[in-house]
Amino acid sequence: MAVIRDMMPAFELFQPASTEDALGLLNRYGSDAWVLAGGLDSWDWLKDRVKRPSAVVDLGAIESLRGIRESGDGLAIGAMTTLRDVIQHTNIADQYSLLSQATESAASPQIRNQGTIGGNLGQDTRCWYYRDGWDCYRAGGNICYADTPSAMNREHCILGSSRCVAVNPSDTAPALVALDARMVIRNSSGERVVDAQDFFVGPDIDITRMTVMEPGDLLTSIQLPATWANARFYFEKSRDRSVWDFALASVASAARISNGTIEDIRIAVNGVAPTPLRLTAVEDAIRGESINDQTAERAGEIAIRGVRPLAHNGYKVSLLKNLVKRSVRGTEA
Amino acid sequence: MELFQWGSNPWGQEILIRISWNLLYLSFWAGIAFIIFHLIYATVWRPKLAGSKSSSATQGGIVSNVPARITRHTSAARVFHWVMAATMFVLIFSGFLPIIGFQFHWLTIHWVAGVLLTISILFHIVHATFFLDFWSIWILPRDLKEVWQRIKQQVGQSAEEVPKHGKYPLDHRLYHLAVMVAGLLAIVTGLVMMLRIDTPLWPQNAYLFTDATWGIVYVFHGLCAVLFVTLTLTHVYFAIRPDKFWLTKSMVYGYVDREHYVQHHDPNRWVVSKESTER
Repeated sequence: MAVIRDMMPAFELFQPASTEDALGLLNRYGSDAWVLAGGLDSWDWLKDRVKRPSAVVDLGAIESLRGIRESGDGLAIGAMTTLRDVIQHTNIADQYSLLSQATESAASPQIRNQGTIGGNLGQDTRCWYYRDGWDCYRAGGNICYADTPSAMNREHCILGSSRCVAVNPSDTAPALVALDARMVIRNSSGERVVDAQDFFVGPDIDITRMTVMEPGDLLTSIQLPATWANARFYFEKSRDRSVWDFALASVASAARISNGTIEDIRIAVNGVAPTPLRLTAVEDAIRGESINDQTAERAGEIAIRGVRPLAHNGYKVSLLKNLVKRSVRGTEA
Repeated sequence: MELFQWGSNPWGQEILIRISWNLLYLSFWAGIAFIIFHLIYATVWRPKLAGSKSSSATQGGIVSNVPARITRHTSAARVFHWVMAATMFVLIFSGFLPIIGFQFHWLTIHWVAGVLLTISILFHIVHATFFLDFWSIWILPRDLKEVWQRIKQQVGQSAEEVPKHGKYPLDHRLYHLAVMVAGLLAIVTGLVMMLRIDTPLWPQNAYLFTDATWGIVYVFHGLCAVLFVTLTLTHVYFAIRPDKFWLTKSMVYGYVDREHYVQHHDPNRWVVSKESTER
């Protein structure tokens, strides 16, 4: 069980000034190291004593991980760039407004000032059974406390579960999947680039992790290719209150429209599955179709195929369907 | 070394979760250690003992009636063996690769292989009970004296003649016994564990047992599974040993030849006739 205390537990704090130093520390401490970005997810875990790393590597002093730069093919966003800086960046607002909208929907202004895009992508699930320190599947146990008839599972997933029914809470993740972004990951042996949709890991693959990041890995930047710049974007986040709340479900889409016909489209949803989910079946079904209510209805129907609602989250089925319909139409109405 | 993983349930009680994965590595290295030990024994020790052993006389009257090829495994028995081997490998790899760091969508592969193994085992039980020489594979009370005699002879402590084998050598029967116990336990616990996941076979019911009971189910499944790592390693080792390869070939082609039969088996304990051959 979680032990909620105001006092910080003991750990060694490292504040490296370069990526290389950070990688050296992560390599040295392995799974005992905790990567600290904005700290907004981290401090809960540490103060509640649910996660007990022996070393915390604070990335706050590494300037090279901050900022947004033009790269050969689009933009490169440093993983330590704050959410506020992402929102305020002119190129992102002009060409990739999907990401601006998604980022602006995250949390509150104060949190966006402190929170980073890397932290937003890598944050752990909000399942309270897990966060409270119960020995569930995700915590290395052999049970899911959220998947019971009487569990509080209103916020949990309706698609793609495998034993664990927790959802990914990131707001920026579906936008980056829709924009076909790539994640640049470094470790002491080198660098690898992973497509955004492959960056997130479901419980069917690894029930204890949310992303492909392993001990020693560091997300250094996010590449936004020009492929989907200036496309028609749609983002909507459904939540219980209009600020400072996680998504019950969200949708992000990028579409190329020509004369009312969908030439190409990428749609991603979050809050309904363990990972941000790209709806390839919907994309394939509506590519080449006219934008109208029939197409939108069909997209919504396909999106909810295979849903398996839990005791208290059946409402997410119609929510998902309607969010996808709206994203295809490109309007809320 | 930690043998089991423990956790807390919502009432703060300490409960078993599963075996410690240290046991996986232990079972692997136990298998490797056994193989190394046997290699040393077979290449260094056993040749020194060979001269002191006496060989039993050939029973000419019976041997004269032995055909050139003797059926050892029927087609059905061989198909079962290889299906079981394939599913066992799939189960071991799908179960343990994620634990050692190779992440993939293992769960569906694992339970489907488990169901196939269960079906093949059910077939084997019926087939062996009604269509094969049922008792030939079992260790019976009368065999216990032979077990002791054979152990003493193998380590050079006795020059006493040990009877030749029946259809299955003693080590085969011991191995079968271990595989049967571990296999049946792994299957029963595995089928029960399938209640915890979403399969088309039966409705999911994660709360059939208390969390403490589930922990015991997981522990038994894990113990059997890691035992199979050792058992599989040693089985593969013996299967590819040159001096045992005639037995491995019999699991492919179905027969052993007269020379091996006469050399290793007691015609009174494994009775064959020309009519029993299969070409």
